[in-house]
Amino acid sequence: MKRKTMAAAIGLTLLASTGLARADGVLNIYNWGNYTSPDVIKKFEEKYNVKVTITDYDSNDTALAKVRQGGTGYDIAVPSQTFVPIWIKEGLVLETDPGKMENFKNVAPEWANPDFDPGRKYTVPWAWGTIGVVVNTDAYKGPANSWGIIFNTPDELKGKVNVVPEMNDVIFAALKYLGAAQCTDDKAVLKKVRDLLVAAKPNWIAMEYNTIEKMGAGDFKATSDWNGSALRQRLANPAIHFNYPKEGYGLWSDNVVVLKEAKNVENAKLFQNFIMDPEVAAGLSAFHRYANGIAGSDKYMPADMKDAPEVVIPADVKPLGELQRLCSPETQDLYTKIWTELQK
Amino acid sequence: MASAEEVARQAQRKDIRDRWFLSAPALLVIFFAATGPLLIVLVYSFLTPGAYGDVKWQFSPEAWVSVFLERDIFDDTLSLAAAHVTIFWRSIKLAIVTTIATLALGFPTAYFMATRSEKTRDLWLFLITIPFWTNLLIRTFAVLQIIRNEGLINTVLIKLGIISSPIQILFTDTAILIGMAYVYLPLMVLPIYASMEKLDFRLVEAGYDLYASRFQVLRRIIFPLVRPGVIAGSILVFIPAIGAYVSPSLLGGGKNMMLSNLIELQFGQGRNWPLGSALSIAVMIIVMVALLAYVRNASRSEVRHG
Repeated sequence: MKRKTMAAAIGLTLLASTGLARADGVLNIYNWGNYTSPDVIKKFEEKYNVKVTITDYDSNDTALAKVRQGGTGYDIAVPSQTFVPIWIKEGLVLETDPGKMENFKNVAPEWANPDFDPGRKYTVPWAWGTIGVVVNTDAYKGPANSWGIIFNTPDELKGKVNVVPEMNDVIFAALKYLGAAQCTDDKAVLKKVRDLLVAAKPNWIAMEYNTIEKMGAGDFKATSDWNGSALRQRLANPAIHFNYPKEGYGLWSDNVVVLKEAKNVENAKLFQNFIMDPEVAAGLSAFHRYANGIAGSDKYMPADMKDAPEVVIPADVKPLGELQRLCSPETQDLYTKIWTELQK
Repeated sequence: MASAEEVARQAQRKDIRDRWFLSAPALLVIFFAATGPLLIVLVYSFLTPGAYGDVKWQFSPEAWVSVFLERDIFDDTLSLAAAHVTIFWRSIKLAIVTTIATLALGFPTAYFMATRSEKTRDLWLFLITIPFWTNLLIRTFAVLQIIRNEGLINTVLIKLGIISSPIQILFTDTAILIGMAYVYLPLMVLPIYASMEKLDFRLVEAGYDLYASRFQVLRRIIFPLVRPGVIAGSILVFIPAIGAYVSPSLLGGGKNMMLSNLIELQFGQGRNWPLGSALSIAVMIIVMVALLAYVRNASRSEVRHG
């Protein structure tokens, strides 16, 4: 996923760089913008007497391209689950074996042995979430738990719907809406996907990332979005609701890896272990507004997140969630062509 | 003893050496900042895309083929790349319209400034340059605040009872044009003003004395004399407008791609760096051809008027 990095991120870096005058070591973190809790970083710095610096990126592709060039000086990065297998395959990450770390016992069972990193040999959970449909109930009162809001927009919402322009997420949603499997290379199905998207587009007003502000200002009345973003929108306007589409919705998870070229391997491992502590993990969530995959962190969570329907998935829709995978390069190529045709 | 001829040859050789030495800084800058990176882009456009971004060092003309031709996603037949042509044309059209709009607004502005007294001219010049103090992104956000549904224009119009529901300006082509014209206007005004300031207004008076109408004075006297400024301004607006990214994305809603978005897609989620490189070079070629045609055409008519 891609979050717009803004001034807040610069502030964070400044904050981090004015930390301790005399530190035993340093740790260089490469993470999504506006995603790293300054409080948690301060705690880590104080506990281990390490000076932390944070650099931002805005997409998985940017991060991968940069780290692959080498010589970045970063110790830690936070790729999404779709990209973790590539990082491992390309030999960019160090096998730190978090599965054997002291705090690993806290990792929630459903995140302890994920497909993208069997046995947790490289990665530690940072945040995870869902992608669903957000609707302003002042504008539309009907049932909204369907991708139909996006792909077969009801009359009240025509010309008021936004779609977050994340190619893989949008095509995943379209496949689910058509009842197909993710990453399919069946051309008959993909043709239906293209036709569905092209026919739906005239009902959309925009394809933008900036949903929090524009849902708030009323420029959009509905949008596809990440759950943490939806939470912030509801806190600003109680009429805005997040919905889990009944056709199935995507799950994502960002994970902390140590780079093979890391110069501060020990500090990086300390950090991996540190964020699996329930209280620390709750601190991360309080800032980035997503769930963290650490059992027992609930009791330290901020009050407005403890039973937020965006963060705590209701039991009845839980089975509908599916972890998104990275598709093969050939399928990806077809996706790009569909996407270009959609936006031409 | 060295012959006079040899001394002369030595001096000449030293002279050549000195020239190379003295121009070295400029040559290095041109190589490392302009030619070098461009060569890398050119080379990349002939390689094979890597599986997850980057390139494989394997020659392939595929990227260039797919700039112009597309293989149908579903039945593999080759046809003209309609999607690319549509996007190219959208960007070029926007650049042309932006140039015309800024010219229509900028020419009278420059004329107004040039005809003020010398003291106040500086003030006007100062006012025109003020927007440059602010970042492009922030200026675009300001435009967004004005034209959005709950923004300045719609709120005022609704309060006055002229309209009952907001006019949708944001996320339309009009919004993009407003943003672009606003951002690029100073680039048009300044060169025209520079030519206009040197204009000898006695020629204008002479024209009126000879019973020329206002329109004739404008067309036969003022316009030919400030033509260099108009040409410079048009080029300064047209070139960056073709690659515009911020205004179309923020004000247009990102539903329809511009050239810059298409190229970004290839380097990001599309993971096709060679195609991105080929598209970038294709844009440069188009801009260059358009410019050469424009400048040649403009200078020819200048000779005719001269």
